[in-house]
This record gives sequence, C-alpha cells and structure tokens, in this order.
Amino acid sequence: MSQPVLSVSGLAKDYGNGQGCFDIDFELYEGEVLCIVGESGSGKSTLLATLAGRLSADAGSVRFRDRAGSSHELTTLAEAERRRLARSEWGFVTQHARDGLRMNVSAGANVSERLMALGQRHYGQLRETAAQWLEKVEISRERLDDRPTAFSGGMQQRLQIARNLVTQPRLVFMDEPTGGLDVSVQARFLDLLRRLVHDTGIAVIMVTHDLGVARLLAQRTLVMQQGRVVEAGLTDQILDDPQHPYSQLLVSSILQA
Amino acid sequence: MTEACHSQWQYNFAFLDENTKRMLRRALLKAVAIPGYQVPFGSREMPLPYGWGTGGIQLTASIIGQDDVLKVIDQGADDTTNAVNIRRFFARVTGVATTSSTAAASLIQSRHRIPETPLRSGQIMVFQVPEPEALRTLEASEVETRKLHAHQEYGLMHVKLYEDIARFGHIATSYDYPVMVNQRYLSSPSPIPKFDNPKLHMSPALLLFGAGREKRLYAIPPHTRVESLAFDDHPFSVQRWEQACALCGSHDSYLDEIITDDAGARMFVCSDTDYCQQQQEGKA
Ligand SMILES: Nc1ncnc2c1ncn2[C@@H]1O[C@H](COP(=O)(O)OP(=O)(O)OP(=O)(O)O)[C@@H](O)[C@H]1O
Ligand SMILES: [Mg+2]
Ligand SMILES: [Zn+2]
Repeated sequence: MSQPVLSVSGLAKDYGNGQGCFDIDFELYEGEVLCIVGESGSGKSTLLATLAGRLSADAGSVRFRDRAGSSHELTTLAEAERRRLARSEWGFVTQHARDGLRMNVSAGANVSERLMALGQRHYGQLRETAAQWLEKVEISRERLDDRPTAFSGGMQQRLQIARNLVTQPRLVFMDEPTGGLDVSVQARFLDLLRRLVHDTGIAVIMVTHDLGVARLLAQRTLVMQQGRVVEAGLTDQILDDPQHPYSQLLVSSILQA
Repeated sequence: MTEACHSQWQYNFAFLDENTKRMLRRALLKAVAIPGYQVPFGSREMPLPYGWGTGGIQLTASIIGQDDVLKVIDQGADDTTNAVNIRRFFARVTGVATTSSTAAASLIQSRHRIPETPLRSGQIMVFQVPEPEALRTLEASEVETRKLHAHQEYGLMHVKLYEDIARFGHIATSYDYPVMVNQRYLSSPSPIPKFDNPKLHMSPALLLFGAGREKRLYAIPPHTRVESLAFDDHPFSVQRWEQACALCGSHDSYLDEIITDDAGARMFVCSDTDYCQQQQEGKA
C-alpha cells in the first residue's frame, strides 16, 4: 500500500476574526483528485493556500512526501525549501488566468518557465516540449508564439494546466479553475483534466463551489461550511446519501439543475 | 595650496558631507562583500537631475581622494556634454587631476562603455545605472524581485531571453545584457553594450554600480566570475563588424556608425575616443 502524498491533521488558519479554516483532517494519495466544495466564504481558498504554504498555519500538521520518498512538514518549512518544493513538486492553478500566467510573454515562454527555473538551457528542446504540452491541452502548436491575451478563457485555463504540468509535479492545487468558464467550455476542461490526471498520476486538490464539478472529477470530496469540514468521504457516497444538512442542500441543488 | 583652495570651496571636499560619504562607503563595503547584490542606500539630492548619473556621481564622490586621477566618459567619449559636466563638477569640488587617458586614470566614471584599453589592478570603475534590477521589465514588484534574488529563482530571466529568440530568431538584447555574478546574483551590467560583458569577467579592476533614482548600489570586485546568460543552443556572443575603424583601423573595438555628410554617407569609428587616439598615435 503506497503512502499518502499529503497527510493533514488538525490544521487551522485563524484570521483572528473567527474566520479561516479549522480542524482539517484528510489524506491524499497519488493519482487522486480531492474536491473541496462549499459556499462562498466557507474557507475553501484559505484551506488551499494554507496547504500550499502560501498562508502560515496556526495549528496542526501538513506532511508532504516528495518524489524521492522524503517527508516534509509544510507548516514549519523554511521559505526557501517551500519555494523549492513549489517549483519542483507542486503546481498551482488559479481561477483568473492573469494570476497564474504571464500575460505579456508567449504561450511557449509560459510553458517553458518552470523548466528553465529547474535549469533547462536548450532552447530547441524547451520549445519542442512546450509545443507537445500545448497539444496535450488541445491547443495547436501553431499558437506557441501567441500571447495568452490572444486566447479564449478556456484556452487560458488549459495553458495554465500545461504550464504547471510540464515539470510533472506530484501535487497540483487548483482554486476554482473553471469558475470563469461557460458550461460547455467547463465540461471540456474537466474532461481533459481527468485524462491528464489519469495519464500522469498526479494528485489534485481542487476548490470549487460546484458539487457537479466534484461529481465529474473527484474520488473524494470535503464539504466545508463556516471554516469547517462538515462532511468528508467518497464523492459518490456524498451524492447518494448526504449526511449533513448542508451537504443535503448542496446535493439537492445539483440534482435539480 | 590645498589650504587656499579649501577656503574658496563652497562645499565639502567632493560636495557630499563626510557622514553621507561614510554611509555610502559602508554600503559599498557590503556590496563588495556580496558581489552582485543590490545594497540600498540613502540617496542624496545632487545638483543634477536623475538620469544624469546621480548614482554614479555619489559613488565617485564617496571614494575619490586628493591623489586620484579622474576620467569620465559618456558613450565612449570624454567630450560629450554629460561627461564634460561631470568632470568639471569633480574638478571644481575636489581639485583632483582629470584625464581622458584610460591608462592614466585611477578612477573612471562611465555610463555606456568599459574602455577598450584593458583595465588594471588598482583602478576603479564607477557606472551610472538607470535601472539596477535586471528582472524589472518582467516583474514590477520590488518585494517580489527581492524574493527572487533571495531564493536565487532566476527562471524569469531566461523567459526574457526565450522570448527574444521566439520573436527575433536570436537573443536580441544587445545592451544591459543580464549577467550572473559570482555564480549567485543576477545583475544588470548597466547599459553597456553586450560587447563589453566579457570585460566584466575576472576584471582586475574594482567595478562599482550606482543607481540614484532607485537608491541601489552593487559591485563586482576584482577577479570575480561574471557569466552572461544564454542557452546551450544559442550561446552568448558579442557584436562584430565587417569593417575596421575608419580612423585608426582597429578590428577589435566597439564601433559607432556615424553619418558624415548630408547625403547620408556613413563610416564606422571607435566609440572609445581615447583608445582610437592611442591607436592612431601608435601608428604614426
Ligand atoms: N486576510 C483575511 N483576513 C480576514 N478574513 C479573511 C481574510 N481572507 C479571507 N477572510 C475571510 O475568511 C473566510 C473564508 O474566506 P475564503 O476566501 O477562504 O472563502 P472561499 O470559500 O474561498 O470563498 P469563495 O467561494 O468566495 O472564494 C471569509 O469569511 C473571508 O471573508
Ligand atoms: Mg475562494
Ligand atoms: Zn578607432
């Protein structure tokens, strides 16, 4: 039995005004997609940022196992080490492409950046790798030299995926990556993502306010309300038989849709 | 003699007061101790607007001594307005000897060039820097660029070079070409042509950089490794010219193209006027 990529216990981030996230426990395995669902203000982004070390935790533990099998306690990790892991082992996909992409350089440069940060110095190879990744996210390699500003919203999100996955991270954090997309564009994006997760074996933690997204993608789901996990388990089980009143509300809302 | 001069001066020796000079020297010592690292300093008002080399002038003012021999160049020339003004300024506020000869100078202030005549041990070059942050065009936030330096995260710089090649087929950056100093800090060599970058590497002279508006100074101490960034398949290379200097015949120096008449006739001559002169005299 393989070890979890991420083990979270008793994690809390307290903004000091009663807001934040509290008492978070879960484990995440290789190749697994975990969705964090909940209404606006329930603490989803706070939890994600705390897991990724972008916010400092106030209590609890987050243990990450890297590719080589070494374990890191993320809540007390030195900044330099955290940034190294962020470069080499993680990805972060944001809701707004402008927060996750460099809008003023080409798609090719966007995809190549992490490789260059890791020391790759062969332009021809970088370019070929970037072109292959564009194709993997269903963008023509002809668009390699175009800037993301010339891309549709759906393409921009797919470009973010390519930019993050190019270094084959072990764990990718995503905060509402489909938030700004039309329903049909969103479906295509989720489909692509499911395929890439399957092919690469990465683990994904995705924040969404839409249980429908979780249904399409996630083996397991955390339901959050007011900074706490009110229900956690297999996504199918939550959908079939939600226990908490808030989960029941969420489920009934997507079943109606 | 010195006494008499003193009584006529309106200002302290070299214009700046001794406290300011000490503050600058402390910052310079730190800069020398951490090659390529940008040290903040409290920039003083100078009797020249930013963009006229106030950063370089403050550094020169903080280190110049009675026995120094000062050379000031703008582009490669000693006789341009900016160079003449700065040289006059220091002659007036210090009384030190000035020269246009690279070999005779102990202290050289420059904006755009490193002289062709090889520098030697004991000489100091002071560069006037308009933008000390090599990453600035790519990352506007100072807080963020400081972090990138602290963690030696320089992938971004290669993004720029990548973009150059994607757009122009080669690395089109031809001046202010980014360098890695002592295998640690990414630095901007100020707007010297990349032609001069190899002169930074293992230079026997001390190289100091001052940015007045940005209030930053940094240094490349003698015999420091300085590497110009590049790709394996697009290695760093310097400008080359088909022709030799029309005045001195040099094949090795950085040439400026000048228009010689109304019909648009052109010729190529050394940008380093002192070097060109030496070459011409050497032949005569
Ligand atoms: N820096 C902060 N200081 C104080 N309170 C904050 C801060 N950031 C967020 N909060 C509060 O913490 C709670 C959780 O915010 P968070 O952004 O994590 O919610 P979310 O579930 O991601 O919401 P959304 O779906 O709208 O993105 C909210 O009530 C928010 O107002
Ligand atoms: Mg959020
Ligand atoms: Zn010449």
